[in-house]
Amino acid sequence: MEDVIIGLEIHVQLNRLRSKMFCGCSTDYHNSEPNSHTCPVCLGLPGSLPVLNKKAVEFGIKVGLALNCTIEEETLFYRKNYYYPDLPKGFQISQYDFPLATRGHIMILGDDGVERDIRINRAHMEEDPGRLVHAGTIDKAKYTMVDYNRCGMPLLEVVTEPDLHSPKEARAFLDKLKSILEYLEVFDGSLEGSMRVDANISLRGGDRTEIKNISGFKGVEKALSYEITRQKNMQRRNIKVVQETRHFDEIRNITVSIRSKVGAHDYRYFPECDLVGLRIASWVPAIKAALPELPDAKRKRFVEQYNLSDDHAKSLTSEIKVANFYEAVAARAPPKLAAVWIADVLKGELNYRDRTVDCFSQEHMAEIVNMLAENKITEDGAVQIIRDLLDGRGSSPDEIVRSKGLGKIEDDAVQKAVREAVAESADAVADYKAGSERALNFIVGVVMKKTRGKASPGEVHRLVKAEVEKI
Amino acid sequence: MITRVDVEHIGWLASIKIEDDEKDQLVEQFNSILEYFHQLDEVDTEGVEPTYRVVELSNIFREDVACPSLSQEEALRNAPRRENGYFKSPRIV
Repeated sequence: MEDVIIGLEIHVQLNRLRSKMFCGCSTDYHNSEPNSHTCPVCLGLPGSLPVLNKKAVEFGIKVGLALNCTIEEETLFYRKNYYYPDLPKGFQISQYDFPLATRGHIMILGDDGVERDIRINRAHMEEDPGRLVHAGTIDKAKYTMVDYNRCGMPLLEVVTEPDLHSPKEARAFLDKLKSILEYLEVFDGSLEGSMRVDANISLRGGDRTEIKNISGFKGVEKALSYEITRQKNMQRRNIKVVQETRHFDEIRNITVSIRSKVGAHDYRYFPECDLVGLRIASWVPAIKAALPELPDAKRKRFVEQYNLSDDHAKSLTSEIKVANFYEAVAARAPPKLAAVWIADVLKGELNYRDRTVDCFSQEHMAEIVNMLAENKITEDGAVQIIRDLLDGRGSSPDEIVRSKGLGKIEDDAVQKAVREAVAESADAVADYKAGSERALNFIVGVVMKKTRGKASPGEVHRLVKAEVEKI
Repeated sequence: MITRVDVEHIGWLASIKIEDDEKDQLVEQFNSILEYFHQLDEVDTEGVEPTYRVVELSNIFREDVACPSLSQEEALRNAPRRENGYFKSPRIV
């Protein structure tokens, strides 16, 4: 049990900020020409001086609090020295001793089906390095091209304790972290490279390896799965796993050793003398008071307020957009029914089309749920309406119901069709009386034909059975 | 004591090529610099809190406002080599 040990370091871009960490360059560099969002500070030109973005610190405190960390009274920036083209200064401004936030935890669903806390070691602020473009693969490139648009982007590095025990749990942690960051409105996960992960992994009793710079949550799962298999195979053959840094090759789906002569002590950390220290403990109460309701609290409230199952509440609260969408619909339609249709149907249809809930109108969803509640459409009809709206066939639920004739016909019309069908199906009635339950399906089929499918099959079955029992 | 191995490692960390005859010279210079700083060891620091910063200022910020950046042409002006708007660097790893 628990023979796999995983710890994560997650680099989160605080990309809802307008400007970079230490200079006024815009953070809106996606889809821009390379090196079009730089200045003397983020290019590391001589004589330039960094000035800290106040809001970046506020965002950092927000995240720290949401991860149940302690916000330190005094916090400092350090220089992490390494010579690499992604950092033109020759060092990265980061934190070392005295990070912004320490010792927190967040809850995930473990592989054993039990929810438990994963401990957070720390969260610290730093600047993002530039982006390197290799001509060819990383190990075969003849030269490297550098784009400094990303250089100086505000980052928060979240470091977990080695509390995760499978690739799936690592994924669950990342999903939860992303959910919290989006609730806090400090982070947009849809932007490329917005969250990058380093994973430390070992088997019990063995040395650990570090897989660097994995982008994408699926990538993390794949890289960890590969690495577990590799380490287990080595153990089986009595080969020692050496402590090393590895790179995840997304194309070949394997990890490869990157020989690095830089050890931790080679970073020669020392306090960043171009920045003064931070004393921000006094900010904490106001920021804490303004924190939004977070996923776990919202989930609990949904269960209590709307009488939802825990599964539905969890499904509806993992994304803030979905949670807000649900509440808007629940204000206009029966909440329990709305939960079922949003969590079980709409989310699936959106996923299938790789779209988000923004593209669906709250009014339309409320209308559909209300029609279901009032028995005006069948469940199949409702699914059809949702699909048609998503695929641009029809402008409103009402219009689709009319144009496609999805309106459920009146009960007495169904009743009439049932009576007729039973009267016309003497053989099937006799079979049923002789003990064949399945004979009823034939009569149900006749009713469905008469009502041209607009009646609900389950209801028709019930009515047919009642009618036959009368005979 | 700084040795030739240390000098080679420091040179590697800084991506600076050091010629063989320079190494002995640097060993000597590094050691003499360190020796000079060793004078500080004579000061009695018993009970003195470590100093992490010498300026007693704190909380100096800028607001989160974006301002114009350099143009790509300006940014690349000092680049020895460039390609398609990128800085071009020797192969690394």
